[in-house]
Amino acid sequence: MTPVFFLLFALMAVVGATMVVLQRNPISSALYLVLVFMSLGGFFVLLAAPFIAAVQVVVYAGAIMVLFLFVIMLLNLQKDVDDGLHHAARRLFGWLLGFLIAGQAVLLMRGAWAIGPRGKEPPELVHALGNTQVIGIRLFGDYLWPFEVTSLVLLVGVVGAVVLSLRRGRGVDEAQEGIEEAP
Amino acid sequence: MSLSWVTQGDVPLEAYLVLSGILFLIGVVGVLVRRNALVIFMCIELMLNAANLAIVAFANKLHQTDGQVFVFFVMAVAAAEVGIGLALIVNVFRARQTVYVDEVNLLKG
Repeated sequence: MTPVFFLLFALMAVVGATMVVLQRNPISSALYLVLVFMSLGGFFVLLAAPFIAAVQVVVYAGAIMVLFLFVIMLLNLQKDVDDGLHHAARRLFGWLLGFLIAGQAVLLMRGAWAIGPRGKEPPELVHALGNTQVIGIRLFGDYLWPFEVTSLVLLVGVVGAVVLSLRRGRGVDEAQEGIEEAP
Repeated sequence: MSLSWVTQGDVPLEAYLVLSGILFLIGVVGVLVRRNALVIFMCIELMLNAANLAIVAFANKLHQTDGQVFVFFVMAVAAAEVGIGLALIVNVFRARQTVYVDEVNLLKG
């Protein structure tokens, strides 16, 4: 059954990703991106990583995409307008460059390569111990320091977002007034 | 790469890597082709996710959970990045009334 699901999710992901690029309306792009994130969650389940799959759906398809949709609607973006030959030439150049990189990837994959030695945690064992438990123990054991640094990154993200959304050179109260005055 | 895995049980690592590469390339093409800063940002998220897929596939085939922990970190950094990036785009829109990257060209000589 696994290959059937793999092909199904692969079709979902590739079609969704292509539509993200091709759709003119940013809202449609965002919704197709949700489809891609959902199919990636499916891949993570197939790869015996249910915790990551849940985080993928909750954080990416939930939080991050809601933020995107919120900003698109806040800025009231319409369909992209086509501005003629200049843009068409650039689009053609982009696709050509993409196919060039794809050709390089195919050439690289054709060479001989092998994966390194296997670790001590086969999926069956991790499943028996509980995937989330194993990841939690790794996270608060070997990876405690990176985990703490991640919390710092998130703090910087929060502070940065607040600072950026304030108007420059004015205090918080005045910035609030400025937002209310804006049409 | 042979396709015998479709009828047999197990999906090989190569299939996941090829898919991850395809998704990454679509992301690259999106960044090159689109002019809407928000869609470019979405394509960057797409590339991050393609890399995540490759990492989890390697973690599974190499019998390690380190890859899953790393993907967790990548997701946390991506969440912070989206918060900052969208705040920047909103600021650019406030200043220039546009989100098209080729109309934001004040630094162009």
